[in-house]
Amino acid sequence: MSLPFSANYLAPDSADSSSSEVSAWGLLRLRQQLEQGLPLAPRPYLALAERTGLSEQEVMNAITQWQSDGLIKRFGLVVKHRTLGYTANAMVVWDIADEQVQALGKAMAAVPFITLCYQRPRRLPDWPYNLFCMIHGTNRERVLAQLDSLITEHSLQQVQHSVLFSNKAYRQRGGRYVSHD
Amino acid sequence: MRLDHTDQQLINHFQRHLPVCERPYLEMSRQLGISEQEVIERLQSLQSRDVVGRVGSVFEHSQAGASLLAAVAAPEEQMDLVAARINRAPGVNHNYAREHTYNLWFVITAPDHELLEEHLDELERELKLSMLRLPMVEGYHIDLGFDIDWEALS
Repeated sequence: MSLPFSANYLAPDSADSSSSEVSAWGLLRLRQQLEQGLPLAPRPYLALAERTGLSEQEVMNAITQWQSDGLIKRFGLVVKHRTLGYTANAMVVWDIADEQVQALGKAMAAVPFITLCYQRPRRLPDWPYNLFCMIHGTNRERVLAQLDSLITEHSLQQVQHSVLFSNKAYRQRGGRYVSHD
Repeated sequence: MRLDHTDQQLINHFQRHLPVCERPYLEMSRQLGISEQEVIERLQSLQSRDVVGRVGSVFEHSQAGASLLAAVAAPEEQMDLVAARINRAPGVNHNYAREHTYNLWFVITAPDHELLEEHLDELERELKLSMLRLPMVEGYHIDLGFDIDWEALS
């Protein structure tokens, strides 16, 4: 049986003899467990160790390693903003000239009220937009005011864009790549 | 929902960099000036109130497997039905209604691109709706958590 994804995600430090001894299947199980969340017990990494066949130290080493490798980009509380009152969530999409999209993407990413920013392909003729940014706000007026300031600040008055407020979340949870639904 | 000051501090401090040590909740409790048991109970309570989805890791999509953002234009009166069908597809983890002709937007993940496309093909056939498939080309700022503006919420 082969692993369902490249082994270097499991043992990124495989050149190092100490980590190459860590069970690849144990690490896969650890990833499945982490996608579900950290146990709320005094020694959560020990609980994960017992579920994965790794030692507590191996669990902690793997999590630390995955964070420094960037496989885990964030390790902490995953907040549901809608419950807190961030009910106005707008996906703003822009049609930016290809040669400018990267610079503008980076500039937008630095704006405090923009929580996500990424480039995606156009799908013409239905979808002309190639830059996406997300604004999470407490109400619609505030989000639109923030958008206005963004347009002024970056001289985007002539750029075709669209604002897609979300009015309902049918599902909101973390990505599960290796565990089952 | 209104949270007390300690819950707010918990969220302010630990959306990232959860301690990796034998007793992480003890370490957190020292920073907050409460007991380890209280940290655990508060996290349980935040989860049961659906303020915190989970305590754990957000994986980098491009390294963790395949993922993309997709959208369909569902007839207005069938939105709930179509959304429910989308949620039954394997690997769907976000699914929002949005104000646009393309009115249902979802993120779908799979261990690799081939499986991902298969799942989408199947969904597209079943829904009989054309689908936008928008893989990420480049991320500039991706889910690092953000500072909650408690004042705006109060």
